[in-house]
Amino acid sequence: MSGLLLTPDPTAVPDGGARPALELRRVVKAYPGSPPVHALDDVSIRIDHGELVAVVGPSGSGKSTLLNVMGTLDRPTEGVVAIDGVDTADRSDDEVAGIRARKIGFVFQQFFLLPGMSAVDNVGNGLLYQGVPPATRRTRSIEALRRVGLGHRLDHTPNQMSGGERQRVAVARALVHQPAFVLADEPTGNLDSRSTEAVMQLIHDLHAEGTTIVVITHDLAIADALPRQIHVLDGRIHDDRPSPGFEPATATPTAGMNEGQP
Amino acid sequence: MSSTKSVLRPGDVLRVGASGPLARRTRTLLSALGISIGIAAMVAVLGLSESSKSALLDEIASLGTNLLTVEAGGGFGAGDSELPDHALGSIGRIPTVTEASAAWSVPVDVYRNEFIRDGETGGVRVAAADLDLLTTLNGTVAEGRYFDEASAAYPTAVLGSVAAERLGVRDLDEPTMVRIDDDWVEVIGILDEFPLAADLDRAVIIGTEAAQTWFDAGDAPAVVYARVADGAIEETRDVLPRTADAENPEEVSVSRPSDALEAQAAADDTLTTLFLGLGAVALLVGGIGIANVMVIAVIERRGEIGLRRALGATRSHIRRQFLTEAVLLSVLGGLAGVVIGSLATVVYATSQGWRVILPLEVVAAGFGSAVLIGAVAGLYPAMRAAELSPTDALRA
Repeated sequence: MSGLLLTPDPTAVPDGGARPALELRRVVKAYPGSPPVHALDDVSIRIDHGELVAVVGPSGSGKSTLLNVMGTLDRPTEGVVAIDGVDTADRSDDEVAGIRARKIGFVFQQFFLLPGMSAVDNVGNGLLYQGVPPATRRTRSIEALRRVGLGHRLDHTPNQMSGGERQRVAVARALVHQPAFVLADEPTGNLDSRSTEAVMQLIHDLHAEGTTIVVITHDLAIADALPRQIHVLDGRIHDDRPSPGFEPATATPTAGMNEGQP
Repeated sequence: MSSTKSVLRPGDVLRVGASGPLARRTRTLLSALGISIGIAAMVAVLGLSESSKSALLDEIASLGTNLLTVEAGGGFGAGDSELPDHALGSIGRIPTVTEASAAWSVPVDVYRNEFIRDGETGGVRVAAADLDLLTTLNGTVAEGRYFDEASAAYPTAVLGSVAAERLGVRDLDEPTMVRIDDDWVEVIGILDEFPLAADLDRAVIIGTEAAQTWFDAGDAPAVVYARVADGAIEETRDVLPRTADAENPEEVSVSRPSDALEAQAAADDTLTTLFLGLGAVALLVGGIGIANVMVIAVIERRGEIGLRRALGATRSHIRRQFLTEAVLLSVLGGLAGVVIGSLATVVYATSQGWRVILPLEVVAAGFGSAVLIGAVAGLYPAMRAAELSPTDALRA
C-alpha cells in the first residue's frame, strides 16, 4: 500500500503509518438538487507522513471539492476526514479551524499574499491563529523564508517580488507552523516556466527534508514528476499509483525518492 | 485535543484589524474624512458656544445682574407719565439699594454743526445725568473724561458710543463742539457701550446742573438706575414702584437689563443646536461612508477572508477583524476631528478674545460617538465577512 512509500520523516510516528497525515474514508460530497450532484462519490485516500502526492484531474472532476474536503474548508456529506489521526466529523467549526491552524498548510494558485505587508509578516500569518506571540512569529517566519531561499527578501512586500518569489513566500507561510501536510492547489498555475521549475524544485526539496505535500493539479507533467499520483474523475478515484520512474515500492523503499529531485 | 482551538491574541486582533487600513492608506484617510468633519464640527460648535457663552456670562457678571431700571410707563396712558421729582431720592433711601443714579430727558435737539437742518437728529437725543451715573452703570470712558463737579455745571457734553458715531466724532484729539439747540457745547468725553443701558448709548449727555441752567430740563428723572444688594433683587423689585411713585405705582415699570443678556446667551443655544444638528448629519454621513467602504472591502477582500479561514481563523476572528477595522477608521476620523475642532475653537476664541473653554466631556463625547459609529457601521459588513464560507471566499 501507499503507506510503504514512506520517506524518512523525523516527525512521523515511530511505528510507521499508524497515524496517517491525512485520511479520507468513503467520503461523499453531494450538493442538493434533483437528482443531487455527487461532487465526490465514495472517495478513500490515505496519505502518510512524508509523502509527496499529486492529485490530478481535469476541471470539473471534483478535484477542487476534494481539495476543500482534504483541507477541512468544506465538510463531507458522508464519510470520515481525519487530519493527523483526528476525525473532524464531530468537531465544531471553531475546532476544525484550530486543526487547520496547526495541522494544515495551504498554497494557492493565486498566492493570496496580503498586499502592503512584508514577506515576514505574510509568513507570520501562518502562525497567527495559533496564538503564537509576535516575536516568535517573526523568528520562525525568518527561518521559514530562509528555508525557501528568500532570506534576502524578508521585508519586501508582495508587489516588490516576482511571481515565483511570491509563491515561495506562500510556501513558507504554509510551512512555518510545521503542519502535518501541505496542500498546494495548482501552485504553479500562475507562474512562468522558469518560476514553475523553481517552485517544483522547492517542493521536491521540502519533501526530501520530510515535509508531507499534496499537490492538486490538472497538469500531468507535474503529476508525473511526483512519486505518487491520484487521479480523480467524475468525483471518484480513478487511479492511485506510483508515477512512472518511481518504482513500485514493495521491494526497495527507493533511495531515489528520498532525493525526490529530477 | 482540547488545545486545537484557534486562538487570536488580543494584541493580534488589533494588529490584524489595522493591517487592512495600513495597506490602503489613501483610502483609509478618505474614509475617515467624513467622520472627522462631523466630529470637528461638533467639537468646534460646542467649544465655541461654550467659549462665547462664557464670554457673555463673564460680561454679564462684570456688569452685574443686580441692576434694576425704573422708568415711567407701563400703566394706562403711559406716554405722558413721568416719575415724580423725588423718585431718585426715594429710591436711593431704600436700604437694599446700594447705589442709585438717574438720567433726565432734555427736550432739545443736538446737531454736529450749523449746516445740519433742524429735525435731522439721526435719532440722537440729549439726556442729563448726574455724576454717579458711570459708577452705577459700571460704565467706562473711551475718550476724554466724564463730568466732574465743575464741568457738570457748564455746557459740556459726553457722548454715548452710538451718538458719537452718528455725530461723526471719532476722537477728541482736537477740541470738538456740538450744537445743542442753538448753543455750542464742548465735547469732553466719549463713553464705551453701556450693555445694560442701551438708551444712553444714543444720547448726548450733559450735566444735570447745566441742563437745568441752560436747557430747561425738568426735575423729574426719566430713568432711575438702582444697584441692589445681592440676594435682595426680588424684594427690592417689589417695593420699587411704590417707592418711586406712591400715588401711581402702576405707572412705574421696573426691569432688569441683565435678563436680556441672559436671554441672548440662551438664544445662542438655539444656534448651537442647529450647528450640532448639522454636525450630527455630517457624522451620520461619515458613518455611512465607513459602512460603505467596509462593505466594499469585504467584497474586494474575499480572497483574504478565505485565506485567513484556511490559516485557521474562525468566523468570529473574521468578524472581529472587520469590526476592529471599522472602529479604527472612525477612531482615526474621531481623533482628527477632535484635533481639528479643538484647534478651530482655540484659534477662533482667541481671535475673539474669549476665554478658550473646551469641556472635556465634549471631547470625550466626540471621540465616543466616533467609536460607536464605527462599531455600528462595521457591524453589517463584519457579519457578512464572517458568514462567507471559506470555499466561496477562496474561489474569488
